[in-house]
Amino acid sequence: MSTQEGASAVAEEQARIAEEVRAMAAKDQPAIEMIDVHKWYGEFHVLRDINLRVKAGERIVVCGPSGSGKSTLIRCINRLEEHQRGRIIVDGIELSDDLKRIDEIRREVGMVFQHFNLFPHLTILENCTLAPVWVRKMPKRQAEEIAMEYLTRVKIPEQAHKYPGQLSGGQQQRVAIARSLCMSPKIMLFDEPTSALDPEMIKEVLDVMVDLAQSGMTMVCVTHEMGFARQVADRVIFMDAGQVIEQNVPAEFFENPQHERTKLFLSQILH
Amino acid sequence: MAEQHSEVDRFFVREQMVEAMPPPGVRRGAGDWFRRNLFSSVPNGIMTILALLFLAWSIPPLIQWAFIDAVWEGTNREACLGPDVGACWAFVKAKFGQFIYGRYPIGERWRVDLVFLLLAAGLVPMAIPSAPYKALNALFLLVIFPVAAFILLTGGFGLRVVPTEFWGGLLVTLVVAITGIVVSFPLGILLALGRRSKMPAVRLLSIAFIELWRGVPLITVLFMSSVMLPFFLPDGVSFDKLLRALIGVAFFSSAYMAEVVRGGLQAIPKGQYEAAAAMGLGYWPMMYLIILPQALKLVIPGIVNTFIGLFKDTSLVLIIGLFDLLGIVQFNFTDSNWATPQTAATGFAFAALVFWIFCFGMSRYSMFIERRLETGHKH
Repeated sequence: MSTQEGASAVAEEQARIAEEVRAMAAKDQPAIEMIDVHKWYGEFHVLRDINLRVKAGERIVVCGPSGSGKSTLIRCINRLEEHQRGRIIVDGIELSDDLKRIDEIRREVGMVFQHFNLFPHLTILENCTLAPVWVRKMPKRQAEEIAMEYLTRVKIPEQAHKYPGQLSGGQQQRVAIARSLCMSPKIMLFDEPTSALDPEMIKEVLDVMVDLAQSGMTMVCVTHEMGFARQVADRVIFMDAGQVIEQNVPAEFFENPQHERTKLFLSQILH
Repeated sequence: MAEQHSEVDRFFVREQMVEAMPPPGVRRGAGDWFRRNLFSSVPNGIMTILALLFLAWSIPPLIQWAFIDAVWEGTNREACLGPDVGACWAFVKAKFGQFIYGRYPIGERWRVDLVFLLLAAGLVPMAIPSAPYKALNALFLLVIFPVAAFILLTGGFGLRVVPTEFWGGLLVTLVVAITGIVVSFPLGILLALGRRSKMPAVRLLSIAFIELWRGVPLITVLFMSSVMLPFFLPDGVSFDKLLRALIGVAFFSSAYMAEVVRGGLQAIPKGQYEAAAAMGLGYWPMMYLIILPQALKLVIPGIVNTFIGLFKDTSLVLIIGLFDLLGIVQFNFTDSNWATPQTAATGFAFAALVFWIFCFGMSRYSMFIERRLETGHKH
């Protein structure tokens, strides 16, 4: 009974997301728009002249050498980092110092981190229900049902009452994805989600991400998993020295890179 | 032969998995335990023998003094005079009422007993994790009990008024210590958060408060509160000496508590803040739900350290003329009725025992809580 309700809740959510994606696409409103964005860490010019439009439902993979600013770029989208010049508009709301608007955006933008960042003092289920209950003011029972559905979707419902420290890295990252999805975000950001995982655990996380991409979620992923990029990305963006060097559809990007830096990078990572 | 060997090195496919086996050479039994723990090496063996010699030298005389030669009954000093008399427990027995209540009127002491009883009734179920109704229990302990205790102890509402000058003994020790603990814990947390705040005014005020109170000795704080403060207050305005001491002690320990909590806050990885922020939690929910539960758990030893320090520092109220447990014990040494060579030693032993029971209790309870909150590996 309850799982059925949960399942229908998830189905409703997915229908809602699809509806929103269609609505936004119809209005031609981009999910994310970055216009001439610059950012400095002290004297260091970490992001330079970033112009990026992400359409609703689009899947973007951002890659580049370490220190190229790709993590900083996606962390600017939910204001974990502050940009100093240019405009960033997410889901129709412009990022500014207005804390209320930032929280409004953060409610609609899920984020998955390299080091999972699960809350170690809470069980897996509590990790998943915390934001829906405290941010969305959802009744606890309903939040738990939805959380169980997403935990089932990432294939670890049996771990719900354990603590993060008792799970493997791959399991923790799948929980982190489920935790973000419980807020029914319109956009998902992935910041090198498989970089801290043991080789054997990468696939289980990528499988979840592929599944999510195929459900129509708007996704921006910083990752070096080129197989994932080929399989699901609509566009691959290559960054170096704080700027976008090249972007293209995956087939073209991998088969026919234009910029010398891109060619060098691809030759280093594709063996 | 050699050729065959290299053949084996090059090609190998396991056909049978090795099952887990117990480690070799583990013997169990008393003899083995002694060897491993007490005589595992020559220095360890020497330390063991020295420790045993020390115990053999110190324990029997202590038992002789505290129990065998001790005087348990008696109505005045006569009982405890004599060449080979040990502890004069008769003195403690005769003065027990004063040690607990100070000069609280004898007819009204039931009010203090009732307060102790209410406190125990609130504290014991609160301390047992599996006891139900935690929210109601906390409400009782933090709201109803303080009000009830205040009315019962000071009087009013038909009860005879007992000024704080008459309070003393364990009553004063507990009032000062518990008020200090209850105020300093939340205030310390707020100060620690304030010190890490991004708002310059809040940060500056917190730093000023912490450094001011941490920079002066508690004795100075108490002197200031009782001797200097009245000079700064307008004529005719005065407030209770005990209350002033309470405020001084509470602020003093808040400053220490703040630094302990700050240590915990600094140990929380940045990723925890980011994950909480990324899901749209505001500052206070983030602190309350994510950061503080982890930070406070990390610094339980430091927090309890501060509590224990505070509990023992209550003795310093003696210098402003308030008699805590230790103060009232010492005060009774001057009673010529009980002037014997053993009076002071017995009194101090009693006071030490009471302080030790409370402090050891806090220490053990904190270790229990630490174990309970353990949720597996850290990130």
